[in-house]
Amino acid sequence: MTRLTVADYPLAETQADKVAGKRGIALHDITLASVLAGNVTMEDLQITPAALHKQAEISADAGRPTLALNFQRAAELVDVPQEVIMSTYELLRPGRARSAQDLLDRATLLRDTYNAPLIADFILEAAASYEKRGLFTRRF
Amino acid sequence: MTDIALPNRWRRFAEWDERPLRLDKFAAEDPAHGFSAFKSPADLKPGVGVQAGKIASMDGVLVHDFDMIDAFIAAHHLDPVIAEEAMAMDSALLARMLVDMNVPRAELVRLARGCTPAKLADVVGRLNALEIAFAYSKMRARKTPGNQAHVTNAKDDPLQLAADAAIAVAYGFDEIETTMRVARNAWSNAVACAVGAAVGRWGVLFQCSSEEAEELLIGMAGFTSYAETVSVYGTEKSFTDGDDTPWSKGFLAAAYASRGIKMRCTSGAGSELLMGFHEAKSLLYLEARCLCLQRGMGVQGTQNGGIDGAPLTATVPGGVRELMAENLIAVWLDLECASGNDARSSESEIRVGAKILPYLIAGSDLICSGFGSIPAYDNSFNPSLFNAEEMEDYLVLQRDFEADGGLTPLAETRAIDLRARAVAAISAVFDELGLAQPTADMQASVIVASGSNETRSFTAGAVGPISDGIKNQGITVIDVIKALAKRGFEPEAENLLSVVKLRVSGDYLQTSAMVRGGRVLSAINDANDYAGPGSGYRLSEARRGQINDIRDVLTQGEVLRSEAQFETAEAARVAYPTAGAAGVGTTLDEVVIGISPAFGVKLFQTTAGHKLSDVLRVMIEGITARGLRARVVRLCHTADTSFLGLSAARLSGSGIGIGIQAKGTAVIHSSARLPHNNLELFSNAPITRLEHYAGLGRNAAAYALGEAPEPVVVPSLGQAMGARYHARVAMIYAIETELVIDGADPQEIDLRFLKGKGK
Repeated sequence: MTRLTVADYPLAETQADKVAGKRGIALHDITLASVLAGNVTMEDLQITPAALHKQAEISADAGRPTLALNFQRAAELVDVPQEVIMSTYELLRPGRARSAQDLLDRATLLRDTYNAPLIADFILEAAASYEKRGLFTRRF
Repeated sequence: MTDIALPNRWRRFAEWDERPLRLDKFAAEDPAHGFSAFKSPADLKPGVGVQAGKIASMDGVLVHDFDMIDAFIAAHHLDPVIAEEAMAMDSALLARMLVDMNVPRAELVRLARGCTPAKLADVVGRLNALEIAFAYSKMRARKTPGNQAHVTNAKDDPLQLAADAAIAVAYGFDEIETTMRVARNAWSNAVACAVGAAVGRWGVLFQCSSEEAEELLIGMAGFTSYAETVSVYGTEKSFTDGDDTPWSKGFLAAAYASRGIKMRCTSGAGSELLMGFHEAKSLLYLEARCLCLQRGMGVQGTQNGGIDGAPLTATVPGGVRELMAENLIAVWLDLECASGNDARSSESEIRVGAKILPYLIAGSDLICSGFGSIPAYDNSFNPSLFNAEEMEDYLVLQRDFEADGGLTPLAETRAIDLRARAVAAISAVFDELGLAQPTADMQASVIVASGSNETRSFTAGAVGPISDGIKNQGITVIDVIKALAKRGFEPEAENLLSVVKLRVSGDYLQTSAMVRGGRVLSAINDANDYAGPGSGYRLSEARRGQINDIRDVLTQGEVLRSEAQFETAEAARVAYPTAGAAGVGTTLDEVVIGISPAFGVKLFQTTAGHKLSDVLRVMIEGITARGLRARVVRLCHTADTSFLGLSAARLSGSGIGIGIQAKGTAVIHSSARLPHNNLELFSNAPITRLEHYAGLGRNAAAYALGEAPEPVVVPSLGQAMGARYHARVAMIYAIETELVIDGADPQEIDLRFLKGKGK
């Protein structure tokens, strides 16, 4: 498949039939009538990894590689449960992890259980920096 | 010799002490203690070392000495290849490129990827305030400017939040942001603003600023669509003291995107200084580090320009220029910029107006972040630079400079309708979902209230159970959409659904995205293409018409209509029948009053609102009180006060005449004097009272009697008479000049004051 470019933006206009929520209901099928009929759940209003990858391609084409990478990391987090997201964020805050190992374990969990290699690498990078800067000290 | 008390103070200083400006505090420049806007001896010098395609040193710091911020910037922001190219360029050349309309934005954005924080600060620090504003206009990412509002109130009252959100939407804000007085009320605030923002049109993005985890949960329930409270700092100690790291914030950036929620970071000068970990660095240098971090994290944008630190930054020399400079770095780094103009940085309205102007004329993704759309005391973030009190000032500034500040004037009748609709909608939702039953009195009090001091509605304590109910029952935006539709608010239900649908495609996650006319506009499909005059953002005629449509605008037709209202009443009080051509008087006991062409014909009151019949009567009484006669003539060859007076004087047997225009401007002239070299003049008709006209009559008589009376002085309080009256005066004067006939002979007026009605 060819990579998307800025010409494919906005997807809601160029691909309203292809862009869909988590359960596969296309954007143009999400209407007030379908909501009132009880056919739309919050899952149908969630972004998908596919949509984030498409946005990543568009931002890369627009000359924004760091934004594209963030969308790729985000795509890996779509299916990560909210508790894991919040506990990972908490672990990355200063003094929460007692040693680099806590972060290494979390990276492994995300890589192996949630297929999130970019996020795992991001956490490993944090672990190395925290180790160097002495951030594994208790704050409270 | 009389003793004179030795003065110890010029009283002017005492007057200045009372000005609002003196409430502002100013701090001395003191780089060692962090009080320096642009330069500090502790700032690092620009430089980069690249070895084997990797960053080996940055701004003089070797890799093994990097702190977390250096490490993150080197790893995620700096492009080693471009760094070698960009860092080798003379900073003065880069500064000139920023203000050169012939250098494309894209080329500068590319070079920024190779610029270190010290380099970025060094370059923009070379620009003066005008150059910074110009460069900002050229470099900002999206072409069309926008604006953001705060919608909060001191009671966390959801009815008022809904009404005020609807108002903010109607004024044209692209984003609205709320926060709470009581943290527990977050869910209620979120639902109230989401419903209010769905009244009238769809597309306004909404944020509920609260604790990180709660904010993300509220977003996942579908009530909010963006976040901007993800703060970053320019020193490692500030960052960890703020209980985060570049990686924890970077992770959060990905987390928000994974939930389809737009996000920008927040940073700004003065935060490190406020937190006590400034490392003696300049404000701009530290902010450059923050901004490089943000681009490295991959967020689409930033809220910067001081923000909470703006008031502190404004206390140091060059502080306001620094706020502009850091915004320029943000857009040079290709970030969406919500450009501050947020926390009110001065008590001086002049400093406030001066602060906003560069942004208004340069444009910005979000000029304020945000503008207090509610009264200052209801702003739960703290008063903004502009609040509801100054809304109309801002609208007029747009019109003055033909600059698009993102807002559109709102008609009074439309405003009250929208408030009623929003209050009804949120009341119906609360009732439908079993959360609360707002009474008719509560609703009515909110609809007309300017602020929460005037409402009889929910208090912060009463909102708690509503907020808990929303959270604990797991109510989502779908429930709210259904409730709206069921209770007859289909358009609002449709609008709310449209906003939530934005997250499915994720189009609004791209840089500088907003929604206009039902379409996502961002730096991708509305890229700033400024390349000199005629390019970039320009007001369309339609948009110009919207901006110009402020209330209470005068037209000549309206002036004539308002004058016509007085015509009948004046006709009952006075008549001006002509009695043939006026001759030159032969006796010394007369003063001639020369009235203008439209006097009592098309115009009937002075600009001060005095009836022309009263003005004539008191002048004549002043003349006759000295035993002289007043003769009235109508002059149609001129409408100029001076020539009216001189012409009257030349017809007068005493050689003294009074000239008076319908608007009330009057002069005493002598036939022996040159034109304009009058004896007395009332040039400020709007502040001229009847007693002054009586005095003018007395003095004219005194001159005729050969006396030298004390001139009548109309006291002025220094009002801006031109601003208050000149538009009306010019229209009135045009009515006079339309009746002027070249060479027309003076007409004798057989003036008659009529008895009976109309007095």
